[in-house]
Amino acid sequence: MNKIMFFAHLREAVGEESISIDVAGRSVAELKELLANQYQLNQLDTVMTAINEEFATNEEIIQQGDIIAFIPPVSGG
Amino acid sequence: MNFEISKEPIQIQDVIDKVVQREAGAITTFIGTVRELTAGKKTLFLIYEAYEPMAVKKLEQIGKEIEERWSGAKVAITHRIGKLEITDVAVVIAVSTPHRADAYEANRYAIERIKEIVPIWKKEHWEDGEEWIGNQLETVAYPTGKPEEKDLNE
Repeated sequence: MNKIMFFAHLREAVGEESISIDVAGRSVAELKELLANQYQLNQLDTVMTAINEEFATNEEIIQQGDIIAFIPPVSGG
Repeated sequence: MNFEISKEPIQIQDVIDKVVQREAGAITTFIGTVRELTAGKKTLFLIYEAYEPMAVKKLEQIGKEIEERWSGAKVAITHRIGKLEITDVAVVIAVSTPHRADAYEANRYAIERIKEIVPIWKKEHWEDGEEWIGNQLETVAYPTGKPEEKDLNE
């Protein structure tokens, strides 16, 4: 299984802090497409992705147990 | 722990004390505060949210980058999360270095990097609404899904 985490406006759009789905073997881009369809999200191209708390590219393949976080453009400071 | 996310008000002196060193000739402290007016619009309060474990890691990364670029530098950063009122302290960055020019430069570098790579978001609340900042304007796009080297080194 994989834990998928959402923050800021994405959390509100999805309505969950996190979900559990099995997406091992899929790329980050494939996961984005799947979630965009499922939750009618249209801003995932501006969203960064972290796998296990490190930034990842769209091409990266998700492994069993990986924690995926979608990171909208940040606004700290 | 020189790099922290705090749910409580930040004790500024505590952050400064972490970078005190005998080799230092200067300590610069940056205090980021909640501004009332942005482009003429009145903010009532802010909510900051963080992906905490990753935010701490990214603050640590900024500290490492500074120690590599400015020799002898010591860095401490605390960012607050939760509900903040106007004039509250959102972030404190302390940098000590042997000479003052480096302390100023490195401190500036730290705040700019926070705004690029640390997963913290603010939601502004106004009299007539609320909005997560950094998402709606879409001024920053990451077509590859992560920041490019050039985005990170600007």
